Amino acid sequence: MAEGSCPEDLLYHPEHDWARIDPADPQIATLGITWYAQDALGEVVFFDPPSPGTVVTKDQPYAEVESVKAVSDVVAPFSGEIVEVNEALVDDPGAINEDPYGEGWLVKVRISDPSEREALLDADAYSATLG
Amino acid sequence: MLAVIGVSSVQEIFDRQVPESVRLGRPLSLPGGMTTLKGAPSGAHPEGHTLAGTGRQASEQDVYAHLRDLAARNTSAEDELSFLGAGMYDHYVPAFIDMLMERSELLTPYTPYQPEISQGGLQIMFEYQTAICELTGLGVSNASVYEGPSAVASAGYLAKLHNGRSRFVVSAGAHPHTLQTLSTYAHGYGMEVVEVQLRDGVTDADAWASAIDGDTSAAIFAQPNFYGAVEDATALSAAAKEGGGEKLVTIAQVDPIVLGILAPPGECGVDVAVGEGQSLGNRLDYGGPSFGFFAAREAYLRQMPGRIAGETTDVDGRRGFVLTLQTREQHIRREKATSNICTAQALNALAGVAYLSWLGREGIVELGELLLSRTRYARETLCALDGVSALHSQPVIREFALRLNADVAAVKRRCAERGVNPGVDLHALTGREQDRGGLLVAITERRSREDIDRLAQALSAAVAAERQTAVTA
Repeated sequence: MAEGSCPEDLLYHPEHDWARIDPADPQIATLGITWYAQDALGEVVFFDPPSPGTVVTKDQPYAEVESVKAVSDVVAPFSGEIVEVNEALVDDPGAINEDPYGEGWLVKVRISDPSEREALLDADAYSATLG
Repeated sequence: MLAVIGVSSVQEIFDRQVPESVRLGRPLSLPGGMTTLKGAPSGAHPEGHTLAGTGRQASEQDVYAHLRDLAARNTSAEDELSFLGAGMYDHYVPAFIDMLMERSELLTPYTPYQPEISQGGLQIMFEYQTAICELTGLGVSNASVYEGPSAVASAGYLAKLHNGRSRFVVSAGAHPHTLQTLSTYAHGYGMEVVEVQLRDGVTDADAWASAIDGDTSAAIFAQPNFYGAVEDATALSAAAKEGGGEKLVTIAQVDPIVLGILAPPGECGVDVAVGEGQSLGNRLDYGGPSFGFFAAREAYLRQMPGRIAGETTDVDGRRGFVLTLQTREQHIRREKATSNICTAQALNALAGVAYLSWLGREGIVELGELLLSRTRYARETLCALDGVSALHSQPVIREFALRLNADVAAVKRRCAERGVNPGVDLHALTGREQDRGGLLVAITERRSREDIDRLAQALSAAVAAERQTAVTA
């Protein structure tokens, strides 16, 4: 994972969370934390996935990521309902560090209000906030 | 030095730094220094300081004599034959424990945040945690908390973090201090506390079952309970899970000294076992300091309060110890921490694990059996006396409750004249109506059969004399 990368195909929340709208089904979005977030946290040691069915609200925390030195809230870029969680992270939380945009995905949600994407940033705009 | 930093006096440093608006503006109102006691021999230091208007200042020798006289007003467990208990017990503390605790490398260090220079202390914590896990039959233990009652309250908070429910159900068999502490904490974080009464000396099974439902966060009981009775821990835990579901947390406050002969809480369906550690290698010491232990099923590890020592390897692959899972603690997690306390009672816990090592696996069983048989002997002997009966007839191990047909305070005064303290005045401690006439008698391995016979004589005479007084009054 290239240092400081922000994939072009993602939408970003200023609190260092990303969303990938499923090309096959625009109602489903995959969520995770950005390269910047995992770098600031340091070695991730624990992630306890929320349960499928949990309702998430845009801008509100829906889970926590725990590293050796801190515990950080993960904020939802979209409102909706969790339909799938990345159980593999329970045994391998380090995937969040190694591949934050791929194997390190956290949850998938069914979006309740697609217009919320207007409030999110594209890769360039998000990168600019990191300056 | 003042000249070097450019001030004319120490006072000037304060004058320059401390705003006028926050200064007290007058001397502190402290009593003057002690003058010599009337009739005490002189022995004043020729150059002793004097305070204006107070005459000769007392010397160190005078002050020592004064403090000795004050201390002599106390009667310790070494000065009388004591059967006091109710949470802290007069067990024998072997001399090597004092020797260990006085070593400066164990007595003086602060929190072992820097593992490179703290391996000894961290290893001791790790061994302590291991011992507690073995005793309680639970997967994880922290490095100790302050004492028993607050450990129970902390366990309640763990339950709240785990299931987010709003009520604690607690047996009235818990120690009064535990009930008060739990109530104080629960009020602070918005939990309701419901007490379930005893029946025949143990938690009323029907009342317990009907009090627990899906809103109950934790079900809490004591083992043995405050009145010395052995509870059916397995049945209480099972009933709690039945009524509250799997998310309910079962909590037991346990006396550790009897875990050599009682089934371990972890094998009785208890999720969190906590308790007062004083019996393990710590003296009575006016009520403290001591330590509390806190053990739980591994599933609750991340909601546990307190310090945890972990085993790891260094860069060269050598075994070592560190503080671990510190992200639970308030210096990192702040308002989301598992507790406002992030310390341990390391020195007292050291005494605890040293004591357990001294007893050994067989010793703690033998001690439990000794307590069991002496307590039985004591209860039988005392209940055979006129005017003395058992408050309940449940199995007991190291403590039991009697009902005296006489005023307990007066009986205790008469026993004191014979150098015997027969136990705790129950009603004075609990204020419960049903505890009137109650006496709680504690047995330790320091109380021999002869001692118990002497207690019986003193109690018999005292009760008879008081009943006589009551009759003729």
